[in-house]
Amino acid sequence: MSDIADRVKKIVVEHLGVEESKITESASFIDDLGADSLDTVELVMAFEEEFGIEIPDDAAETIQTFGDAVKFISEAS
Amino acid sequence: MFDLTGKTALITGASGGIGAQIARTLHGAGATVGLSGTRVEPLEALAAELGARAHVLPCNLSDAEAVTALPKQAIEAMGGVDILVNNAGITRDNLFMRMSDDEWSNVIEVNLTAAMRLSRGVLRGMMKARWGRIVNISSVVGATGNPGQGNYAAAKAGLVGMSKSLAYEVASRGITVNAVAPGFITTAMTDKLTEDQKAGILGNVPAGRMGEPEEIAAAVLYLASAEAGYTTGTVLHVNGGLAMI
Repeated sequence: MSDIADRVKKIVVEHLGVEESKITESASFIDDLGADSLDTVELVMAFEEEFGIEIPDDAAETIQTFGDAVKFISEAS
Repeated sequence: MFDLTGKTALITGASGGIGAQIARTLHGAGATVGLSGTRVEPLEALAAELGARAHVLPCNLSDAEAVTALPKQAIEAMGGVDILVNNAGITRDNLFMRMSDDEWSNVIEVNLTAAMRLSRGVLRGMMKARWGRIVNISSVVGATGNPGQGNYAAAKAGLVGMSKSLAYEVASRGITVNAVAPGFITTAMTDKLTEDQKAGILGNVPAGRMGEPEEIAAAVLYLASAEAGYTTGTVLHVNGGLAMI
């Protein structure tokens, strides 16, 4: 697993308090990992800080799953 | 009780009577204060009066870019914004049938939209800190209406709806959002009223007197305090009984 994926996973575990094993490529933050809409905003904020990138609102809306997040961040950083 | 030591507070309209008193009261409770307003001189005079822990942050609230920049400037100056007091307000009174689009939109822009932009700007830090206080200064006329103030009353009522909606969204993060609705308070604005006008107003105030800025500031201090952590989405009316709602 890539370094980016590890760091994203760490953030998700910390913020949502979920088991690492539940965070699969296709795991949806809201449907599978128990996030509410405000949690997803906070996750995006945390990704921005961790990776020193800016995630515009329209892009943030497309980040629904763990895989989406890793893909977006890999391309942006 | 109500100790704000170590907290940072951004207050808009701090050059006015009520805003300046809010700043004094929060500062007196130990907070570091960011004094915002359009007129620099009274802000600097107030900062000099307060001494340490006071920062002057001028801002024209009708300028969207300047408003968006203000939270960043406040965070830079104070290290964060734990407490936001949206106090700034203007009036452009006119009969509704004569009210121009500009009179309407200027009042909405400064009294309501700026409060939204500033709240949005400080929320990120509050979310991370899992603690925040937003206090919006509404008005009794937002609840009761007032002839000649369709724009002002709309903005002040708008602040209440905005406060409640935001309060829902961020309550789980330790952030409270409330409004204070002053009645008739002794300020430069009400000093201009004639004795007859004052007598007419006071006839409707059970307390039989105007309120003092200190009495508004005390309500803000409560809502800004740690002790008010379970109070959110509320409107605290401070009006001498003028409207018991």
